[in-house]
Amino acid sequence: MIGSVIFAILFLIAFGFAFKKYSRIRRNILLGRDVTIEGPKSERWKNVLLIAFGQKKMFKRLLPAIMHLFIYVAFLATQIELIEIIVDGFTGFHRFFSGLLGGVYTFVINAIEILSLLALVGTIIFLVRRNILSIPRFNKPEMKGWPKLDANIILIGELFLIVGIFTMNGADVLLQEMAPDKYPDSGLLLISSVLGPAMFGGLSFETLAALERVGWWMHILGVFGFLVYLPYSKHLHILLAFPNTYYSRLEEKGKMDNMPEIMNEVKSMLGMVDAEENDFGDELPEFGADDVTSLSWKNLLDAYSCTECGRCTAVCPANITGKKLSPRKVMMDVRDRAEEVGRALDSGNVDFIAEDKRGEGVKLTKENFDDGKSLFDYTTPEEIHACTTCNACVEACPVLINPLDIILQMRRHEILTQSAGPSDWMPMFTSLENNGAVWQISDSREAWTKD
Amino acid sequence: MSDIKVPTMAEMAAQGQKPDVLFWVGCAGSFDSRAQKVSKAFVKILNALNISFAILGDEEACTGDPARRAGNEFVFQMLAMQNIQTLNGYEVTKIVATCPHCFNVLKNEYPELGGSYEVVHHTQFIKELMDSGQLTMKSGESFKGKRITYHDSCYLGRANNIYEAPRSVLAELDADIVEMQRHKSNGLCCGAGGAQMWKEDEPGNKRINTERTEEAMKTGAEIIAVNCPFCLTMMSDGVKAEEKQDDVMVYDLSELIVQQNQL
Repeated sequence: MIGSVIFAILFLIAFGFAFKKYSRIRRNILLGRDVTIEGPKSERWKNVLLIAFGQKKMFKRLLPAIMHLFIYVAFLATQIELIEIIVDGFTGFHRFFSGLLGGVYTFVINAIEILSLLALVGTIIFLVRRNILSIPRFNKPEMKGWPKLDANIILIGELFLIVGIFTMNGADVLLQEMAPDKYPDSGLLLISSVLGPAMFGGLSFETLAALERVGWWMHILGVFGFLVYLPYSKHLHILLAFPNTYYSRLEEKGKMDNMPEIMNEVKSMLGMVDAEENDFGDELPEFGADDVTSLSWKNLLDAYSCTECGRCTAVCPANITGKKLSPRKVMMDVRDRAEEVGRALDSGNVDFIAEDKRGEGVKLTKENFDDGKSLFDYTTPEEIHACTTCNACVEACPVLINPLDIILQMRRHEILTQSAGPSDWMPMFTSLENNGAVWQISDSREAWTKD
Repeated sequence: MSDIKVPTMAEMAAQGQKPDVLFWVGCAGSFDSRAQKVSKAFVKILNALNISFAILGDEEACTGDPARRAGNEFVFQMLAMQNIQTLNGYEVTKIVATCPHCFNVLKNEYPELGGSYEVVHHTQFIKELMDSGQLTMKSGESFKGKRITYHDSCYLGRANNIYEAPRSVLAELDADIVEMQRHKSNGLCCGAGGAQMWKEDEPGNKRINTERTEEAMKTGAEIIAVNCPFCLTMMSDGVKAEEKQDDVMVYDLSELIVQQNQL
C-alpha cells in the first residue's frame, strides 16, 4: 500500500518534470524559422516505417546495426511489460496480464527475456566499442568530455534496466512455486527459470520477495530515470527519429533550396522587371543563417534528433583528410546554441534584449533577443569552408539528418550578409559576374570546336 | 582531329532549324584543355550517329553551381536567369550535359526559376543510345584484359541517384570492371565540389584527391573512369602526385567509347 503511494508520487514527479522538459525542447526547436514541408504524406510515412522503424540505414554497418537492433527491439517489447509494471505500481496487482492472456503471456514475457539478453550482449559490446576499442568516430575531438560520458550513462542505464528485469523475473519464478496464490503463474520462462534458481536458489521466501521488489524498483526507477534524463542527453533520437524522418526532405539530395526573397532583386538588376517594385525597404534583410533563429525548425529538429553516432563524420571527405569540419559537430553546435538561447530566454533577463529594442516594459522574446553571440561562435568559418557538398553525411545519417543544409545556409550568411568568405573565391565570383565563366579567360566559349 | 561538326543554336536558328537536343558544354568543357577533349569525344559520338544537336556557344554562361554552393546566391541567380532567358528563347526542350554539376543545376534548380527542360547526363544519354540500338560497341582489342574502376561523382551519384547508367555503359566494353571499396552511395568525393575547385584546401593532413586516387589504385586498375570534368582533374592530379601517370590513365566514359569504336 505504501509502495503504491510512493510509486504514484514518483510517477507524477517523473512525468510532470519530463513534460516540462519536453515542452522546453519543443519550444527550442520552434525557435527556428518557419518552413513548409513539401511532398506527399505517403512518401513521408514510408520513410518513417523503413528508416525509423525499420532502421534501414543502420545496416550500412552490419555489426553495430545488429547490436542496435537487439537493444531497440528489446526496448519496444519491454514497453508491454512496462504497462504491467505500472499497473502493479498503482494497484499492487502482480502480473496483471498473466491471467488475461494465458499462453500468449508466457510467449510475450519469454520474447522480452530473450530480447533483453540480446540487448545485454549489445550493450556490453557497445560499451567495449566506446571505451576499449579505439574506433575513430567515437574518439573525435567533439566527443571529449560530456558527450562521451553521456553515451556511457545511457549504456550503463540500460545494464541497470536489464539487471532489474532478470532479478525480478528470477526471484519471481521461485516465488511462484512457494506461494502460487500471491505470485501468479507466468508459465515456463526460458531464461529466468534457469537463472532464478542458479542465482537465488535456497534463499528464504522473505528474501526472495524483497529481491523481486528490488528488481521491480530497479526497472521502474530506471525507466523514470531515462524519461527525466533524455531531455539532457543526446539520446532523444529514440523519440525524435520518427518525426525527423517524417519531415525530411524528399527532393533529390543535389537540389539546394532556392532563395525566392532575392529573385525580384536579381530580376531588376538584369532589367527584367521595374526597379521600384523590388525594394527591400530601409534595411537590407539578413540572408542565410547565422543563428538558430535564422535556421529552420527542421534544422533544429535535426540537431535534437542527433545521437552523435558520427557516421556522417566518418564518411566526410574533409574530416577523413584531417580538416576541422565534422558534420556531427555542426549538429552538436546547433543543439548547444539552441540550448543556450533557450536558457537565456527562460531567464527573462532584459540584458538579452537587443540594445535598439530595449525600453520600459519590453519583455525578452525570441524576436528581440540578442546576446551578442551567434552560431559562428560555435562552428567556425574554417569548418564550413572545408565542405565539398558531397552529401556523404546526408546519405550516412540513419535518421535522415541533413548537416549540409545548415552548412550551406551559413555559407550564404557569410557571403551575402557579412560580405566575407574565402578570398580565393572572389576572383571566381568576379569572373562569373563579368564573363559568365568560372575562370578569367578571354577565349570564345566556342574556341574548342574549331582547333 | 578537327573534323568534328559542332553547330550552335544561333547558326541553326538562322537556317530555321531546331536540334533534337542541346549539348550543354559547361565552363570546364569549354575552357579546360583536358575537359575540352571530353567535349570533343562526346561530339564524335554524336556526329558518328548523326544526332541532331547544337551548343549555345558564346551564348552559354556558367550554370552558377559554384557560386550557389559557395553561398553567393545573387551571382547564381543572375547567371541562372540569363541562361533561362537564352534557353527559353530557343525553346529548348532537351539538354544533355557532360558535367554532373551543370546537369544537377539544370535539372533540379532551374525549374524554380522558370526553366524546365528534360535534362540528362551524357552517361545516361549514351546508355539510351545503346538501349535503342543506335550505338553498338565494335569488338576491338582496346580494353581486353584491362582493369577499369569507375569513380562515382557526387553530383551524379548521391545527388541524383544515378549509379547504374554509367556502369552499364562500361559493361559494354570488353574489360574487367572493378569496384573501389567506397562506391555508389558510399563513394568518396574527389575533393572538387562545393566550389573547393577554386580555393586552397583548409588546413588538414592530406588532400582529398590523394585519398581517393590511392583507393582507386588499390584496385589495380589501369584506367580510372569518371563522368565529371572536375573529378577528371582531381583524379589526374592524384595519379600524377603518385607519379603513376604512365601506368594509370584517367578517362571520361565518353572517351573510352571513342577509343573502343575508334571514332
